[in-house]
This record gives sequence, C-alpha cells and structure tokens, in this order.
Amino acid sequence: MTFLGLPQAPRGVGHLRGSEPFPAAARRALADSQLRANLGRATATIRAKRAAVVAEVPDWEQLRDAGAAIKARTMAGLDGYLEQLEAQVSARGGTVHWARDAIEANQIVTGLVRAAGATEAVKVKSLVTDEIGLNEALAAAGIQAFETDLAELIVQLGRDWPSHILVPAIHRNRAEIRQIFLREMDGVDPGLTDDPAALAEAARVYLRRKFLSARVGISGANFAVAQTGTLCVVESEGNGRMCLTLPDTLITVMGIEKLIPTWADLGVFLQLLPRSSTGERMNPYTSMWTGVTPGDGPQDFHLVLLDNGRTAALASAAGRSALHCIRCSACLNVCPVYERAGGHAYGSVYPGPIGAVLSPQLTGVQDNASLPYASSLCGACYDVCPVKIDIPSILVDLRARHVEERRREHVLPGPEAVTMAAAAWVMAGGVRYPAAQRAAGAGRLLGRQGRIRRLPPPLSAWTSARDAPAPPAQSFRQWWAKREAGQREAGQGGTGHGGSGRRGAGRRGDRA
Amino acid sequence: MITAGFLRAKWGNIPGRERGEAECMRIALFVTCLADTLYPDVGRATVALLERLGHQVDFPAAQACCGQMHVNTGYQREALPLIRRHVAVFEEHDVVVVPSGSCAGSIRHQHAEVARRLGDERLARRAEAVAARTFELSELLTDVLGVEDVGAYYPHRVTYHPTCHSLRVLRVGDRPLRLLRHVAGLDLVELPDADVCCGFGGTFAVKNADTSTAMLADKMRNVLGTGAQACTAGDSSCLMHIGGGLSRLRAGVKTIHLAQVLASTRAGER
Repeated sequence: MTFLGLPQAPRGVGHLRGSEPFPAAARRALADSQLRANLGRATATIRAKRAAVVAEVPDWEQLRDAGAAIKARTMAGLDGYLEQLEAQVSARGGTVHWARDAIEANQIVTGLVRAAGATEAVKVKSLVTDEIGLNEALAAAGIQAFETDLAELIVQLGRDWPSHILVPAIHRNRAEIRQIFLREMDGVDPGLTDDPAALAEAARVYLRRKFLSARVGISGANFAVAQTGTLCVVESEGNGRMCLTLPDTLITVMGIEKLIPTWADLGVFLQLLPRSSTGERMNPYTSMWTGVTPGDGPQDFHLVLLDNGRTAALASAAGRSALHCIRCSACLNVCPVYERAGGHAYGSVYPGPIGAVLSPQLTGVQDNASLPYASSLCGACYDVCPVKIDIPSILVDLRARHVEERRREHVLPGPEAVTMAAAAWVMAGGVRYPAAQRAAGAGRLLGRQGRIRRLPPPLSAWTSARDAPAPPAQSFRQWWAKREAGQREAGQGGTGHGGSGRRGAGRRGDRA
Repeated sequence: MITAGFLRAKWGNIPGRERGEAECMRIALFVTCLADTLYPDVGRATVALLERLGHQVDFPAAQACCGQMHVNTGYQREALPLIRRHVAVFEEHDVVVVPSGSCAGSIRHQHAEVARRLGDERLARRAEAVAARTFELSELLTDVLGVEDVGAYYPHRVTYHPTCHSLRVLRVGDRPLRLLRHVAGLDLVELPDADVCCGFGGTFAVKNADTSTAMLADKMRNVLGTGAQACTAGDSSCLMHIGGGLSRLRAGVKTIHLAQVLASTRAGER
C-alpha cells in the first residue's frame, strides 16, 4: 500500500527485504551456537556500558524529551528545512541532488564517480548506501568500492551482510575475522594471529594504501544542519575522517530524515548518541564540513538526498516517529529477540526493533509482513530510545495495517482471521462466552494432572516446548455464581463481605 | 480524570481510617478471560484477599475479554466490540481491579487509542474514564487501599518475575516486591535479569515459537538458578508460559500468581 501515492523503496534493488520470513530465518540463527555466544556476550557488554554512562547524566530524561521534540519539529517542517539545507550547501560550493529512490540514488552516485574519472572509491558510514545496494550498482559499472570502517571491511571481505547498525560484524569473533583476512586481504602477513591489535594493524596497513590512492570518497551522514548546511559524521576509528578529507571528490548520501534545523540542536544529539550507542561519554571522531573549503579537503562535494520510502512513512501519523531514529542501536542491544535471533534474521540493513518498524514502512508492509510480529512487545526498546520512539505502539499499528491490507485484498479470512473473528464473536456476545467456556472444559480430557503435553496445530507451536494447562473443572464465573447462590440461600451473605444482596451499592454515583 | 491520588485523597477524609488503609470499598473485579477460563484460582484468591482486607468485591457477570490479543495481533476491528462491551460493563463501577499487568495495560493504553483509530471518539472518552479507575492488583493494594502488609503467610523460597507490561507499560515499579517483602515466612530471592522478557508476548509465542522458546530457556535458567521453590508474577499469561516450560522439564519449581501468594494465610495456601 502506498500513502497518497507516495513512492516506496523499489523491489529488486538494495537491502530492505529478506529472502524468507523472520520466523524461518530466526530458526536457523537460533541453532548457531557460535552466533548465540557472540551476540549474547557483545550485547550484554554494551548494554552494561550504556546503562552506566546514561546513569551519570542527571537530566537524561530531559535530553530525551529535547531530542524527541527536535525531531518532531523537523518532521513537521521537513520540506522547508530541506530547501534551507539545499540553499546553504549550494551557497558554500556543494551540489545537492534529489533521489526519489534507491535506483535514482545509485545512478546519481555512479555518474558522479565516473565524472571524476575514478574506478575506485573509499567508503564510510555505509548504512544508507547498503540500504540502496550502492556497492553492487558501482560494481556493475566497473567501480570498486572499499569499505573503511573496520567492521564494514570485515563484512565486505567476508562477502557477508551487516547484522548490527553500529557493530556490523557483531556476529563474527576474532578467530573468524583472522580467517577472513588471511583469505581475502591483499598482501596480508601469512603469520597473522587473532590478537585484536594484530588484526587492527593488518586492516590499518591495508586501508592506508586505499586512502592514499582513492580519488573519490563516499559517505553517509549522521546529521545535517539546515541552518548552516553543515554535514556531520561521528565514528570511532578515524578512518572516516580520512575518507572525508583525503579524496578530491566527496559524495555523501543521506536519508532526508537525518536533518536537524539548527546548529544548537546538534548539541543535544551529540550528547544522546555516544552514550546510547557505544556507551561512551563523548564521540571519538566527530567530523563536520560545510560545502567546500578552497585548498583544504575535497574540492568537489555532492550531497544526495534520498527518499526511498521516507515520505511515505512520514504520511503515517502512527508510524512517522520511526524516522526520528538516530541509528544508535540501543534498541538492538536491549532487545531479547535481537539478542537471540541476530541481525540477519530481519532480512534488512535495519535490524532489531527499529528495523522492524522502519523496514516495513520503507518497503510497504506487504514486503516485510513478518517483521511487525518479530517482537514480544516487551517495551525494552522504548525505554532506552534516546529520542523516545514508541516502537511497541508502532509495531501494533503496523500489525493492524497488515491485517487491514490483507482484508482489502481479500487475502483474509485465513485460519488466523477466522479464529480471531470467532473469539471476538464469542467474547462480545452475552451468553456465548460462558457456553464456550463450558465447552472448553471438555479439554480437561486432553490433560493429565492438569497438563496438556500435545495440542493440534497451530497450538502445537506452543506444546512443542511447553505444557499447556488443562481447563479446570469449574471456571471462575461458575464458582462465583455458585457462591452467590449459596449466599442467597444462607440469607445474609455468608462471608460477611462478599455479599451480593446489596448489588448495585458502590456503583458509580452511589457515593455522591 | 480520577487518579489513584484523587481516590486516596477522597478516602483520606473518612474518619476511623488507620495506618493509611482505606475503609471498606466496593471493588469490581475484572478477572480476565484467561484467569476465568484456565486459572480460576487466581480470581478466587483475588476475591479472598480483598475480602480479608475488609472490602467488598463485585463480579459483573457480563464481562468477557479486554481484547488485547486481538489488538496486538492486528485485529483491531474485531477488538472494538470487546472494548465497547468492557467499557459498558465497567463504567458504572468506581474502582476496577485486574489481576493482570498486561490486561490492565491494554485497558489503560490501548482501549481509547483503538476506539479513536476506528473513529469512535465517544467510546474513546468513555474508555479513558474506565481506564482511570482501573488498577492492576499491586497498584490497587498499595496506591488505592494504602496497604503493603496484607497479612499473608507463605513459607517458601520465592522469586519474582516482574512481567514486561507491569514494568514498562503500567510502571508498577517495586509495588509487588513491597507486598511480597511483608509476607510472613516468605524467603524472597532476587531473579537475575528479572526485567528481561520471558518470551511469551501473546501470539508471539506461537508465531515465533522458536525465538519465544529461546527466551524462555534463559528465563527458566535464571529461575532455577535462584533455588526458589516458586516463581511468582502478576500475570497469568507469562506464568502459563514459564510454568509450561518448567513443567515440561519436570523442574519441580511451580509458578503461582501474586494474588495467590498474597491470599495465602496460616489457615491455608491458595
């Protein structure tokens, strides 16, 4: 479904859609004991770090409120702010390009790299370019892209996909990384050990050659300030800064929602982001640039503003706050589903709780129909979100949109819809519920010692690992009715307090 | 809007009130469809507990289901008649108690929203009024009735699982723990990673059975690690999930609803 005919992320390009539904992908991930150990350790460590540094900030809740308010204000006036950004970037020597979707963005970037006469490019902050599948598009045009963020490099060399927003190689341990480097890295020392310092040094030597030779850098962006036209990238390694400063040509691809109105707003997010994401008090490398500075850094700067379904998401009152996300990944680290199923199970570059609300809105719910259900609605994500995105409520809304869509397309009623309708019919209709309850009481016959060990599908999914309770001989309402009858017979209400003789007393209005 | 503070202030003026406890109140019980059908002991314990504390319990027989399962699975249209019915049944009652954090959460945070989404503003306002007078059991006891020591006796080693919707939707905080700490004979042991979801999540437990089971495995490991004889919580649904897993393992640890612990006395366990 499209909102008001707005375009969504096109099929067949980029990485927002998985090849199989979440439950099937998760099932495979759950069986991988190495993955479970890697994820459990990594998320527990970063959760503890985040909690400690967040607890240090006395006005953390006010900061979250400020972050949420700035983002809400930005979204409400996005058209005006984007034009302000375009004017500021252009006035300072940059060129702004508008990309409706992944296909247009890839064409624009490919054309720019070609125009620069390059066949290689170094990349950093690659999440959004992974969203649109830029590396594949460049490869098809004979241009080789080199990821320079250490984790992105590991993922790229391993011909793998990122499984975490902040720690793309969270699913790999150092032994696996050593194997990948030995296999894929040009000129690597064959005696490489899995010592973290040795692995980092190998990557450093490899990347330094790329930095010094590349004529084009391609980046994403964490923020863009409409007021000044300033772009901002935060990172931890310094590789990003080399990408952003050494090449002659810099091309930045940015989702239109990354905008913030003023320079002062940036201060709020530079406090919220590092504590929420890496559990650091301050971000190590914060690079900011405004257009082109003659004689210093890239002399040719292009900003590609990407929609790819964002305007469509903005049209939904219930879902638009997903666009407030600053990609800190705190929700991934705290999510019990993510921790067990891992990032690949979500089938999108945006995994975890935020991915489950973002990907279906960018692609249309029908193309990511299992993601809104990939949550127990435990709410841990909402509690840690630095911009207070109410992810559980958006998930519930997306589930409703999915059901409504299927109803419109006459895919429903399926078995689930029939069950839901039947349950509602029984529950909403006076005597039908007690009657159904009595019928369910017959289920007692399935149980032994109050337990049922096996139920037919779809409830077999429950009894595959859990016993189910056998219905009791008497429902609560049957017990209550008997007790009331007994008390009426006894005359004055046997228990002294639970008397039903004065039914109606204590209802609303009696006290007035 | 009537809040717990408003109610407390109101009853605060009643003469003869001692130790901050409210005078005899009439409390309507929304027992929840799950407890009604599968866990009647939870409803009976809630009645016994409130009556023991000197209050009167009504059970409006026309009640059914809050519709949370429908809403959370995407079937809001089907949930609407359930919400309409719930509101009609309970809007004439001053105070409503629910022995479930997630059903209370649904009443408080979903009913009005769903009604509004489906264009029934009048129902949304009525739902908000009912929600403001609806309390989860531990909230009712501590905030409205002003009691933490309910005079219970339960001589067992017990661990408490806070359940996500009690914790993060209702924000009951340490209310259940305060109640449990006053139970005579009860040895309360802390549950590691208590605030992590047990993996139930309504239809999530069936739609994503493998992930749900993986979460359950970790919850059970933590429960068993405490050496507790019983795991208690304020939600029959989460307990059905945890208890179903423990039972399958023949772990010898039972699950018991908070209402049943608090209703137990020297005269007998619930």
